[in-house]
Amino acid sequence: MWLYEKKLEYPVRIKRPDPRMASSVISQYGGPDGELAASLRYLSQRYHMPIPEAKAMLNDIGTEELAHFEMVGTMVHQLMEGASIEQIKAAGMGSWYADHDRAIWPATGTGVPFTAAYFASKGDPIADMTENMAAEQKARATYENLLDLADDPDVIDPLRWLREREIVHFQRFGEILNKLHEHKDRKKCF
Amino acid sequence: MGNQKQMLLDRIRAYEFSAIELNLYLDSHPGDQRALNDFNVFVRQIAALKNEYERLYGPLINFGFGPSGHPWQWINDPWPWEYN
Repeated sequence: MWLYEKKLEYPVRIKRPDPRMASSVISQYGGPDGELAASLRYLSQRYHMPIPEAKAMLNDIGTEELAHFEMVGTMVHQLMEGASIEQIKAAGMGSWYADHDRAIWPATGTGVPFTAAYFASKGDPIADMTENMAAEQKARATYENLLDLADDPDVIDPLRWLREREIVHFQRFGEILNKLHEHKDRKKCF
Repeated sequence: MGNQKQMLLDRIRAYEFSAIELNLYLDSHPGDQRALNDFNVFVRQIAALKNEYERLYGPLINFGFGPSGHPWQWINDPWPWEYN
């Protein structure tokens, strides 16, 4: 069961439309290392975790990723809302506009739709937790690329915050990976 | 949105973020008594602020986790993505 809390985990208040930036940020909504892939990865993997710490961590980080999914959607919405047709054309977003107007849709900026093929749920706890650590690093790298492209402080601030969350999640998954190895070694003794 | 409402929401957000951080930390360090004490302090602060917010502005959380005045306040704008 999930409840909705009517606020963002961290504020997004973008005043200046920028469809060029929107076309890059949307990748963290529906792209290969985006927040939707992260959430679905962890929430799918939690079912086969053998120790309580791993079940809780995947459940809770999978839930937090949904809050980040909402923040990224909010960023794209605010970057597109109020953008003129001229700005959208100049940003190379004409094809997006033809199919979606200024709507939010889980895809990359070039229109490649979201797919579950972006993540794995292998069934082996150590393989999956290792994938999760790599996923957090890839998301961190993506946020750093987005920061290179951004010039508006209202965009930079939430991007920096989201980048830091990837680092914390990487750390927590590393701790869980150690516990999974300990669990596996304990089982071998009997 | 009113300044008062925004300030209250920002305080809830700050305390809740601390609770999220401690929650994830406790998931991998369930025996850490000091972190647990901090977590429980934040739980009480969040509950008090949430009650104050809901008394003034209606439910913060849907599906029965916050009371509403009349008429049904849950549908009131702005939604979180509209704080522009």
